[in-house]
Amino acid sequence: MNWIGRSLPRLEDPSLLRGHGSYVADRIGKAASVRFVRSPLASGAITGIEIPPGATVFTGRDLSDVKPIQPILHRPDYIAIGQPVLPVDRVAFCGQAIAVVVAEDAALAEDIADQVFVDIDTTDAIVDLDTALAPGAAPVHPEAPSNVLVEGRMRTAGFDRAFADAAEIVALDLRSHRQSAAPMEGRGGLAEYDGVSGRVTLTASVQMPHMLRTGIADALGMPESELRVIAPDVGGGFGQKMSLFPEYIVLVWLARKLKRSVAWIEDRRENFTASAHGRDQAFSLRGAFAKDGRLLGLEADLRSNVGAFSCYPVTCGVEPLMALAELPGPYDLGEYGVRSRGVTTNTCMMAPYRGVSRPMLTFSMERLMEVAAKRLGIDAVEIRRRNLIGTFPHRSPTGLVYDEGSYLQAMETAVKAINLPAFRARQTALRKRNRHLGVGLSVFSERTGYGTPAYAARGMDIVPGYEIVDCTMDPSGNVVLRIGSSPHGQGLKTSLAQLVGDELGIEPQRIRVVSGDTDATPYGWGTFASRSMVIAGGASKLAAGQVAGKLKAIAAHLMEASPDDITLENGLARVSNSNRTTEIGALARAAYHQSHKFKGLSPGLHESAVYDPGGTFSNACHVAIVEVDIETGGVRIERFLVVEDAGVLINPMIVDGQIAGGVAQGIANALFEEMIYDENGNLLTASFADYLLPTSAEIPEIEITHMETVSPESVTKAKGVGEGGAIGAPAAVVNAIVDALSPFGIELFELPATPQRIREQLRKAGVSVHG
Amino acid sequence: MKPSAFDYFRPASLSEALALLAKYKDDCKILAGGQSLVPAMNFRLARPAILIDINDLGELDYIFADDNGLHIGALTRHAAFHRRVVDGPLGALLSKVARHIAHYPIRQRGTFAGSLAHADPASEWCLVATALNAAIVAKSIRGDRRISVGDFFNGTFATDLAADELLAEIHLPAMGPGWRTGFFEFSRRAGDFALGMALAALRIEDGIVREARLGVGGVADRAIRLESLEDGLVGHAASPELIDSIAREAWALVTPVGDIHASPEYRRDLIATAVRRALTEAAA
Repeated sequence: MNWIGRSLPRLEDPSLLRGHGSYVADRIGKAASVRFVRSPLASGAITGIEIPPGATVFTGRDLSDVKPIQPILHRPDYIAIGQPVLPVDRVAFCGQAIAVVVAEDAALAEDIADQVFVDIDTTDAIVDLDTALAPGAAPVHPEAPSNVLVEGRMRTAGFDRAFADAAEIVALDLRSHRQSAAPMEGRGGLAEYDGVSGRVTLTASVQMPHMLRTGIADALGMPESELRVIAPDVGGGFGQKMSLFPEYIVLVWLARKLKRSVAWIEDRRENFTASAHGRDQAFSLRGAFAKDGRLLGLEADLRSNVGAFSCYPVTCGVEPLMALAELPGPYDLGEYGVRSRGVTTNTCMMAPYRGVSRPMLTFSMERLMEVAAKRLGIDAVEIRRRNLIGTFPHRSPTGLVYDEGSYLQAMETAVKAINLPAFRARQTALRKRNRHLGVGLSVFSERTGYGTPAYAARGMDIVPGYEIVDCTMDPSGNVVLRIGSSPHGQGLKTSLAQLVGDELGIEPQRIRVVSGDTDATPYGWGTFASRSMVIAGGASKLAAGQVAGKLKAIAAHLMEASPDDITLENGLARVSNSNRTTEIGALARAAYHQSHKFKGLSPGLHESAVYDPGGTFSNACHVAIVEVDIETGGVRIERFLVVEDAGVLINPMIVDGQIAGGVAQGIANALFEEMIYDENGNLLTASFADYLLPTSAEIPEIEITHMETVSPESVTKAKGVGEGGAIGAPAAVVNAIVDALSPFGIELFELPATPQRIREQLRKAGVSVHG
Repeated sequence: MKPSAFDYFRPASLSEALALLAKYKDDCKILAGGQSLVPAMNFRLARPAILIDINDLGELDYIFADDNGLHIGALTRHAAFHRRVVDGPLGALLSKVARHIAHYPIRQRGTFAGSLAHADPASEWCLVATALNAAIVAKSIRGDRRISVGDFFNGTFATDLAADELLAEIHLPAMGPGWRTGFFEFSRRAGDFALGMALAALRIEDGIVREARLGVGGVADRAIRLESLEDGLVGHAASPELIDSIAREAWALVTPVGDIHASPEYRRDLIATAVRRALTEAAA
């Protein structure tokens, strides 16, 4: 029985779908309620804090021994900024926690928080990229006089030559506006104090429990052994929950200070104003194209608004350095000159959000290809054909090595599926009836499953990447898999059980995966960056393989055969080409209870393995067909097609779910979601009434086709797939809108392409609704 | 995201409710569907000291038609209009409009009267009431007061209701079989408040418009009835050319407000398009 490749219903679902999930807010019991008093201003000096008499309120002065959050990159161009857990002297963004209230219930805590008055001598806020980078701009932090916290540069040797040889130079300015990951469950934590041991257990809605334990212990100057971090069921993260936030440090500090349990359940306004944002980026590109459409060279000036502080542990370098390294994407680019800056402002901190820079860089490269195709008179598919990577391994100008992929084949498959000639005929016919349909392509690479070398290359002080997995088969032949990854909705426990089931010849239902508890799992890096299936999966396969080896040795001994002739399948160990079998449960029992018989084997079935891969590239082609209402600027997506290559699929249903969810967020990026600050740094989109997530009414059915390129870079043969949907969709949707509006000669270079922005371009192009 | 403390009354009769209103006046808010009030309280944008919950007042839960038109009691939910509440064009129009109001669960709770009392300028029912020349019946211990819709809205979230008055009934004039209607709304997502919308009703006889109602919403601090444009329709055939010219006049006539979702220029474009489409539908 092969479990890999089957759409097994998720083992997680019975509890989650029946309302038996257990989230932080389900666990708070009688814990005291914590409420943070947040800055109403974006920038200024704190001159006084007035606390209502009798209330339990703490300020930065009470927490003066707590170290600031200060993630480090070992790069000469990086300026480390410390984020105080509660500031004493000044505020740096609207929504920053200034004081903390503890009360018996949440409403009372909010009442008290309303009565804490903070006097702030306000100073002009620096909100957007242009203001922050303008000559003579006031510094957000005195440590960074130019407001640039990190700056990467590179230029290949033949760069100037490429531009000298170019037949056409295409220059574009592109913009992606700020977004929130907007997980269904916000942040939240319950810190429980154990009076006997003095230990604190922090149950929190997070993606990286071990990292959180390290960060909090460092900040509070306590040994990690005194803190246990549990990530229970987590209602979505998308990267927003992988950073260390001041609130969690304060919770543990409060539990130790007050010697009681305290809980903070973030509300949506806090999540919008004070958790983390992403995608606030402005890119200027110049592409040097040969007459035949070959991209000879690319020059890029990349600016990322990283907000007021640097996210821990990945730092504010995550967006700018990812953009620098991966801008060439799926294209075989010869020469590359780039400057990429992370710019600080008086806004909420940037942290990873599904895709990290790649939605914007894919949007940028795919718009560049379309514009170049038009200028050179080459078909949009053909210009990609001439530039896509075709030989492997491929080394990019930034030194990334791409393993085997199917860039060209995925695009050809998608173009064939959409039946382009038939679409063009329909498009022409409908235009005559004043209906405007368009088709848009997006081809991209998705770097996934990368281990320590990738993070070390960025100069990170804390280098994540590997995973450790402990695999134990008990005497009844059932398995516990302890992982350092921390899945929060991805169905990873099911996928790992399928993988391990095949290694050990048992049903996935006999495999229990334990995650998200620092007392019960090996140190690990959590779940982010499309890494868990590749890395935790790889370590699981290796650990289970070691257990399988032991089972085979025991079976060989008991059935008087060679271990090489033993197969594990359907709960049985079988001697090849014979009817001789033993139940795996019996072997497991023997491993524990008859261990004296097996010379050279240690007792029991407990194995541990580590996997730390270099990384593997998934790839995909997205195609959108849209209809644009030229009078309202409204866009309806008629069809959305994905041809994805994520290597071998462990559970195709789960993979499809990851792609569909990612595409929905990508469509949101393309058309809907935008965090808007006013010039004073007040967030104007602090509720779901103003920050527009698409609903099921706006998201079409997503048609998915798979290709399976087998890569030597992944022991499971699986590539990562968590971010691809979000990466590719914005480019496909906007390219389709531009195609629909091609009779009017309109180009769009801004995300999201809102009806207002589309209509503005149409108005400029003379499409009037008033005669 | 918890409301500040408030007292809560759930009167068993209308007279009891009116007595509470008279006693607490500006300190209290009426709770009917709560679909706008409760979120506002959770955000602490509204901090009423007292809530008077009228959901037990069966005497306000009615909807009926007579020769004068349609009478909508204060507890009539949006969802009541999913089916046609009255034969003829009015019932069909209300049913069509109701489907643009928020989402199904919200329509089960929110009320027609609550929408009017809340006076959101982008509310569909406020446009319906304005364009169709509704009358509003306000009750207090001082007696009943009938308010013409033209005098009812004072601006965004502001009405002519006195602090001791309860919006008890909306009266929509009857619409005979000769009427035809059109409604167009543009919003960012299904169920959102309108960025621009228009409602048109035409009584057409022998191909000629005899009476016209035209209103727009989501454009200013309240829904607007465009009476001068109605006059331009009456006495003529509703031809595409005439509709186009009315739409252009609407574009010139309105002075839209801007916000983060729509600039004044964009709203003006939407209003012209909405007027054109609503009139085209009504004339079809």
